[in-house]
Amino acid sequence: MANVTLRNVRKTYAGGFEAIKGINFDVGDGQFCVLVGPSGCGKSTLLRMVAGLETISSGEIDIGGRVVNQVEPAERDIAMVFQNYALYPHMSVYNNMAYGLRNRGMKEPEIKTRVEEAARILELGAMLDRKPRQLSGGQRQRVAMGRAIVRQPKVFLFDEPLSNLDAKLRIAMRVEIRKLQRRLSTTSIYVTHDQLEAMTLADILVVMNGGQVEQIGNPLDIYQKPSTTFVASFIGAPPMNLMPLRSDELKSQLTGDARVDQAGILGIRPEDFAISDESVTGGVALGLTVEAIERVGAETFVYGTRQPEAQAVAANPGELPPGEVIVRIPGAVGPGIGERIRAVAAPDKLHLFTADGRQRVGD
Amino acid sequence: MEKSVVFNNRLLPYLLLVPQLIITFVFFYWPASQAVRQSFLREDAFGLNSEFVGLENYQSLFADPGYYKSMLTTLVFSSLVAALSLSIALLFATQADKNLKAAGAYKTLMIWPYAVAPAVAGVLWIFMFHPTLGTLARPLRWMNFDWNPLLNGTHAMILVVMAAVWKQISYNFLFFLAGLQSIPKSVLEAGAIDGAGPMRRFWTITFPLLSPTTFFLLVVNVVYVFFDTFGIIDAVTGGGPAGATTTMVYKVFADGRLGGDLGGSAAQSVVLMVIVIALTAVQFKYVERKVQY
Amino acid sequence: MVEHRPWNDIIAYAILTLGVFIVAFPVYLALIASTHDAATVVGGNMPLTPGGHALDNYYRAVFVGGSRAIREPVGQMLLNSFISATGIALGKIFISILSAYAVVYFRFPFRKTAFWIIFVTLMLPVEVRIYPTYKVIADLHMLDTYAGLIMPLIASATGTLLFRQFFMTIPEELLEASRIDGAGPFRFFWDTLLPLSVTTIAALFVIQFIYGWNQYLWPLLITTQDSMQTIVTGIKKMLYTTDELAEWQLAMATAILAMLPPVAVVVFMQRLFVRGLVETEK
Repeated sequence: MANVTLRNVRKTYAGGFEAIKGINFDVGDGQFCVLVGPSGCGKSTLLRMVAGLETISSGEIDIGGRVVNQVEPAERDIAMVFQNYALYPHMSVYNNMAYGLRNRGMKEPEIKTRVEEAARILELGAMLDRKPRQLSGGQRQRVAMGRAIVRQPKVFLFDEPLSNLDAKLRIAMRVEIRKLQRRLSTTSIYVTHDQLEAMTLADILVVMNGGQVEQIGNPLDIYQKPSTTFVASFIGAPPMNLMPLRSDELKSQLTGDARVDQAGILGIRPEDFAISDESVTGGVALGLTVEAIERVGAETFVYGTRQPEAQAVAANPGELPPGEVIVRIPGAVGPGIGERIRAVAAPDKLHLFTADGRQRVGD
Repeated sequence: MEKSVVFNNRLLPYLLLVPQLIITFVFFYWPASQAVRQSFLREDAFGLNSEFVGLENYQSLFADPGYYKSMLTTLVFSSLVAALSLSIALLFATQADKNLKAAGAYKTLMIWPYAVAPAVAGVLWIFMFHPTLGTLARPLRWMNFDWNPLLNGTHAMILVVMAAVWKQISYNFLFFLAGLQSIPKSVLEAGAIDGAGPMRRFWTITFPLLSPTTFFLLVVNVVYVFFDTFGIIDAVTGGGPAGATTTMVYKVFADGRLGGDLGGSAAQSVVLMVIVIALTAVQFKYVERKVQY
Repeated sequence: MVEHRPWNDIIAYAILTLGVFIVAFPVYLALIASTHDAATVVGGNMPLTPGGHALDNYYRAVFVGGSRAIREPVGQMLLNSFISATGIALGKIFISILSAYAVVYFRFPFRKTAFWIIFVTLMLPVEVRIYPTYKVIADLHMLDTYAGLIMPLIASATGTLLFRQFFMTIPEELLEASRIDGAGPFRFFWDTLLPLSVTTIAALFVIQFIYGWNQYLWPLLITTQDSMQTIVTGIKKMLYTTDELAEWQLAMATAILAMLPPVAVVVFMQRLFVRGLVETEK
């Protein structure tokens, strides 16, 4: 059992490219920490630095009270589940799990006990003699988990372990991993680019972008109070609507709000809108022309555009076209295409950010 | 393409490389450099003294009509063998590719001559076409055709070409078949829907798509003809009659051993090295291009 | 293919049958000749059906040797061929798997240089540097030895390139997993890389065995004693004798024996053979 602490960790490649730009966080004993971010944000690099597979340019990584910067991966008392599982193709399931224990000089009876215990937990008992290629994707995934479990390490590291599975299996395994981690209460660090996976698994969520931490915290806190526009648009699907506060239409509606002087960007989550003709005091009402409708049964997404001159903020390339607003309403009943609607949001549902998007205004 | 994850040992990689490096230096670089050195020397008859003669060996080499003859022989021989073995192999490969049930078995029946030593292949063919006892020479005699590869230079060339082609068909067949099978069937089906008949499909779709394989095989075949056919020539004709089948490689061997002219032989080796390096460079350039696809 | 025309298949079968015939006929003829007595073969009217002297011919070829031309029985030559072909194949596998391991899985000064030093050998087959190589072997007193037959022929990059190519396809995570599992360079090589390389090793063995078995010029030069010559070089000596008529029936029996091992390897290990062939040429 251990906590993992990162102190001002940096990674600079030989060419001068800085992949990790000074990261600090602490994962408490038994906690499940998820690193989430778009591809190229440095989350996998950071995980591999914790594993000892990448060198640390500066700063410290501390596992269970020991600085491990110069410690070989095998000596760090960690176990890792790889994206492609990295099972030894020529070894049986049993030997895949036993290999790391044998290399540490453990006695065969003890190895047998541990492997069989792990196989029981993961329901792999009937497959111990098979080779990895005889297994399905989900089974391989579980063998990779088993290989980590038998070691009884201080820390589990997961590098996008579910991304090679199909959607259904991914959800099932997600639940399995969470249950297993609770049961073993082993400190875990988990890397993913899937914000839903991140939200559902994490005790502590670390949102990363461009080699830096954007926000750390409890997943729901992050969802409710994103500290930057990046986090606001990355966490939550469909993403938060972000609009500049330049236009008079918005500014005039927010005159009573003290925050508005420092703010440059207004954010509203699609589910925080209601379609209504009533006015909301202190809130925001937008006039929209409906461009497209998506009905998925339990809810309906309405894609509307504001007046042409009212530009939105493209927080992340490809997120929302300028001027487009998504409204999420329950049920299957919604407006028709081309209709003019009025979307309103209550004052407590408004998120305000500075004009550069790097800071949240108010709370 | 490089591994980004590696071991950090300092000494171990050198130890792993030592066996191959020693063998490469002793049996490759040392002799190759000796060949270059020797080409500038002249040894006396007993090999006791040698003197530096500059480019003299090269001068006499390029003044020797026999050398130009061997160049021409090599050119004729390699173009004939490459053209024939490639086209025959392509014909067989296209037939085998026609989704026949027995294609796999045919493959087995076609590829084994690759395993026959060139010298043995030569022996088989001289036996078939031997002027007095050859089974296939008999019908030629009945037709009053004066067939004699042991005395007639053209006949000798025809015989070594046949033996060399026979041995190389299997190799080319194998690569052509693999090349054909890697062409997606849907492309050919699209061609058929666009109204191209089988012959037109072959020349407008299959053949162009096969061109990387063809080019690769062309280079490999030329190298094959240069070097591997030594055994065939030595077994069938011994370079004769009257040097009619003496290729450049054969001449290196013959001049060095039978004539004892080591300096001249070494100069020939150096010329050959240059040719081979040029050929290989062409091949690499092509390989590089292929990688970029 | 796309059209369904029965005669298309018939033409294909006809052409392929012709192909198999062309490929097989020279060998069939040799097989027939090896079953007749000397007079029948030399007479120039040899029938195309087997004769009754097969046992006699093969027995004489393998154990006795010819009455005039062959001074050594083929049995010894077969043994020599077998030893040198196996030696070439194993030697090449040994040196090249180690050097490929070094080049792919380590970073060290002069790594690229070492690779190029090995790589350049691809450009010059042994035939080009034949006499200087002969001299090196003579200076090292390795004439008429198996080491002399084997060593110069393993000085080539094909094996190294093949293993390098294969190692590059092994996912990097496998090495990472091994390191987390506590394996160092020796363990990783022995427990993971070697077992995964088995088919590549086998394919290289098949190709190199054939290559070694079929060598002609090199053994011809460096073996002066008949007891050291290989079967491929031995056959030719049977045909070109200065004295009496060559014993063609024995030569043909020898040719069949010389073909048998490599052809058997190709036919029975076809998949490995094809793989080795395709991969070494990449």
